[in-house]
Amino acid sequence: MPEKKITLSVSVNGVVHTATVEPRMLLSDFLRHELGLTGTHVGCEHGVCGACTVLLDGRSARSCLTLAVQADGVEIETVEGQGSIDRLGRIQEAFRQHHALQCGFCTPGFIMAITDMLRHHPLESDDQIREALSGNICRCTGYEHIVNAVRELAKERGPLT
Amino acid sequence: MGDDEMKPAPFEYFAARSAAEAAEALAAANGDGKIIAGGQSLMPMINVRLVKPTILIDINRIAGLDRIEKHGERLGIGATVRHRMTATDALVHRHIPILHDAMHHVAHLTVRNRGTFCGSVCHADPAAEMPMMTLLLNGMVTALSIRGERRIAASEFFVGSLMTALEQDEFVTSIEIDTLPPETGWGFEEFSRRHGDFALASVATTLRIIDGVARDVRFGMMGVGETPLRLPDIETLIEGQTISETLLQDVTEALKELLHPNTDIHASADYRRHLAGALARRALRDAWARATLRKDGANA
Repeated sequence: MPEKKITLSVSVNGVVHTATVEPRMLLSDFLRHELGLTGTHVGCEHGVCGACTVLLDGRSARSCLTLAVQADGVEIETVEGQGSIDRLGRIQEAFRQHHALQCGFCTPGFIMAITDMLRHHPLESDDQIREALSGNICRCTGYEHIVNAVRELAKERGPLT
Repeated sequence: MGDDEMKPAPFEYFAARSAAEAAEALAAANGDGKIIAGGQSLMPMINVRLVKPTILIDINRIAGLDRIEKHGERLGIGATVRHRMTATDALVHRHIPILHDAMHHVAHLTVRNRGTFCGSVCHADPAAEMPMMTLLLNGMVTALSIRGERRIAASEFFVGSLMTALEQDEFVTSIEIDTLPPETGWGFEEFSRRHGDFALASVATTLRIIDGVARDVRFGMMGVGETPLRLPDIETLIEGQTISETLLQDVTEALKELLHPNTDIHASADYRRHLAGALARRALRDAWARATLRKDGANA
């Protein structure tokens, strides 16, 4: 069936992109294949693993459960906006220090979910940190070091105002 | 990307600007259209091609559907109100504390950012919190089609697992639920394999204490049948009684007779029946304790 393609305009990490895509193109595939931003990883592709987490207008969302066309006019943040190999972002640096990754496949999703958490969630106890992290799956670390990294970041941030 | 690399089957996409526009597009799709709001249940099914709509009608950009409003003793929740909004809403916290508590069990942070109250009710998963809460709080669903508006009581809305009374040209614009009198006590108990996962079993109950006994008892369950359940037999058993260990034992025994849960990979029917009793006892003790505190005027 020929689909009517749709033109959309999105800002990704502050850079505006315009593209014309099929309605069924997932935002995760759009970021990776159309924009070449392969930092956003694709794991389960049905909203279970959290690897594809990005921020839409400042709130975390699973990009595999979002259509690219739904992001028209939206400000997207991906892991590419966090830092670079030479200059790690603060969350990335905390992950490095705490050994909060092994294979790294799930890490971009964790980094973006944690970005949302640090902006909006109290994270006053390990229980709260674990609950906030519970939508992201990691098969290597056993989560302990990820919790350690978030605990340090939350302490550094201080209470939410 | 080539055609065969795309996860979903092809469909057209329409971002409706008004509820009337959405209703027209849904009617024109002749049963093959799907409404999308948060998409946290629909998109997984589309990605694995369990659902193959010819057109996806997006209601996210319709103004005015993202509100929680109090109308008298009822609270209206619009079709694009996200779980995060329900979880943090002051009206919900103040007037329906059991719903505020229930929100802690709904999925995960990232899913709560997008998923909607009304969408969860429409998806009608028998182990999801919002369908059960809608039933417990005497919900009234407002459905719109080009034929007009229709109001459907929650007791008529859930007809089976993932099945509702909505006609193919109808979609939900809002759901109205009861607020609770301030002296109401509540208990919400859920057991799942991991926090945020779907429940193996859950109990939600509310009651008031009048002249020393339980009144206005509501008792709901989920995860133990094809739909969320209100259990009038249990409500009658508790109505007019004090919550004692004897009564809790009677409730446990009655639940064993009343419930016919499924066995699946997560739990056996027997285990679910056992959970039902254990969760019911905890929830009823909580409800009684809270009602006691609130009756005495303390801010529980």
